[in-house]
Amino acid sequence: MSDGRSDMQNADGSRPWTFYAFAAFFGLFVLFLYGPMIVIYILSFQGPNGGMTFPLNGVSLHWFVALVSQTRVGDIAGSFTRSIALAAIVAVVTVLIAVLAGLAFRRPFRGSAFAFYLAIASLIMPGLFVGLGIALAFRLLGLPTAWLSSGLGAQLTWTLPFGLLIMFAVLGRFNRSYEEAAIDLGATNWQKLKEVTLPMLAPGIIGVVLFGFTLSYDEIARTALAAGAKNTLPLEIWAMTTNVTSPTLYAVGAVTTIVSFFVIVVALTSIGAIQSRRSRRSST
Amino acid sequence: MTSIEQAAPWPEEDRPVENTGERASWFQVAPLVIVLSLFFGLPMIVVLVVSFFDFDRTDIIPAFILDNYVELFTREVTLRLYASSLKFAVMVWLVTLLLGFNIAYFLVFHVRSLLMQIGLFLVCTVPFLTSNIIRMISWIPFLGRNGIFNQSLQGAGITSKPLEFLLFSDFAVVVAYVHLFTLFMVVPIFNSMARIDKSLLEASRDAGAGRVRTVFEIVLPLSKTGIALGSIFVVTLVMGDSFVVRTMSGGQSASVVSALQNEVAALQYPPAAASAVIMVVIVTLMVAGILRLVDVRKELAR
Repeated sequence: MSDGRSDMQNADGSRPWTFYAFAAFFGLFVLFLYGPMIVIYILSFQGPNGGMTFPLNGVSLHWFVALVSQTRVGDIAGSFTRSIALAAIVAVVTVLIAVLAGLAFRRPFRGSAFAFYLAIASLIMPGLFVGLGIALAFRLLGLPTAWLSSGLGAQLTWTLPFGLLIMFAVLGRFNRSYEEAAIDLGATNWQKLKEVTLPMLAPGIIGVVLFGFTLSYDEIARTALAAGAKNTLPLEIWAMTTNVTSPTLYAVGAVTTIVSFFVIVVALTSIGAIQSRRSRRSST
Repeated sequence: MTSIEQAAPWPEEDRPVENTGERASWFQVAPLVIVLSLFFGLPMIVVLVVSFFDFDRTDIIPAFILDNYVELFTREVTLRLYASSLKFAVMVWLVTLLLGFNIAYFLVFHVRSLLMQIGLFLVCTVPFLTSNIIRMISWIPFLGRNGIFNQSLQGAGITSKPLEFLLFSDFAVVVAYVHLFTLFMVVPIFNSMARIDKSLLEASRDAGAGRVRTVFEIVLPLSKTGIALGSIFVVTLVMGDSFVVRTMSGGQSASVVSALQNEVAALQYPPAAASAVIMVVIVTLMVAGILRLVDVRKELAR
């Protein structure tokens, strides 16, 4: 680097034209990601006589009310409760199992390749096949499929590999000398885990909980054939797409996205709080 | 996927001798292996077994027959379905690769502050954590006959009557796939690029290479692990999907898996299982092909 010049910076330190081209491109991509979503949130406030697209025919909460009052729409309230409960259980199970498994991979052990590839295969296997296999296995065993048994298992085949990959990313950046220091100071293995390792991993662990919850809450391919008689919310919405042609569909979309956003914001705020407390501590 | 490298299984010769550490690891990894064996390994074996079963209108009948496979291979529609699935996979792969590479490039090499980088990365990630079905549905008011796109085209006088091909077509399917899956390309490529030493780019520039040449001869080869991983994600997601192709094509297009879903709905489990087995073989071959082109494990061990 002779003159401090690179592709990313002009000689005078200003941005090259490519930066602005890329920034515009990125902006368009963000618009592509969020634009359609924002439109359906707006359209969910469509007036009672409005249709599935613009123009807005007045502004009302009509379609949100229809969501809970019209039985024709389906069992939104029931499926919503089931989905929230299932997502909470999946999040807890995922964080327990994935964190533990992540710790296992910090030392070499026989069978690590098997465990690793089992998780990767589970991740990239088409979801519907996993659900089909679970449904068939339950059938052969004479067990009924239900959202809390087969449905839960089906979702774990999706959230556990994700949780494991997040743990790898977190542990990859983990500085082991803190743990060694704890041992040098006379900590037992359990104290080391409880007082040093887990608190240091806290932001990543919250990330695993976030992924476990949201991936379960929105899962459809694996759950479709394994959920049994009672639908989860995404399955209920999927059924709606074929027979509901009113803005109710958008209203349910708005509600479910608000739930997702709420969970994301809570998770990110807690991670942010931990990080800022840490940086305050280390600076004093 | 910085991660996989730390986790990359150890080569045979580095195998540890048995010790307490190994036993602790087994103990820690056991719940994962048990749950995945029960709900993923075992069901996949069941699918393989059932693919040889017989069936009647209401039930599956244990047997060992090859009829399901014979029928699958002799039906004319099989080839059409695979052609359709492959067509979507290739188109979506190309578009997501182009988008993903450029987005990752912008985030890694053009965004200077770490906080800004994290912020923009999150902006890309958040939609991934919201409902896929809703994100898919959200294209309906855009692409419909009287949708926003057609309204603005007609309003601007570009077209006189609405374009019919926008919604419930292959075009809509590809748009939805790209919308849903681009992130799976961005994240691995971002991880690969983030590990490129920036002084390499400066060296390339100093040695007289232009921007384009630097991208093709430095950045691209050093990102190929991420490109390979992203491609595996996108290709397997598209090949394994049935929900998007059903909704967005309005039932006009089919894929291998959406046809399989119809068989399941008709309680024809053994043919569906046979179809799943063949699909898994083909997807595995595609993944193996990608891994042959790019030795992900060797690259990750760098």
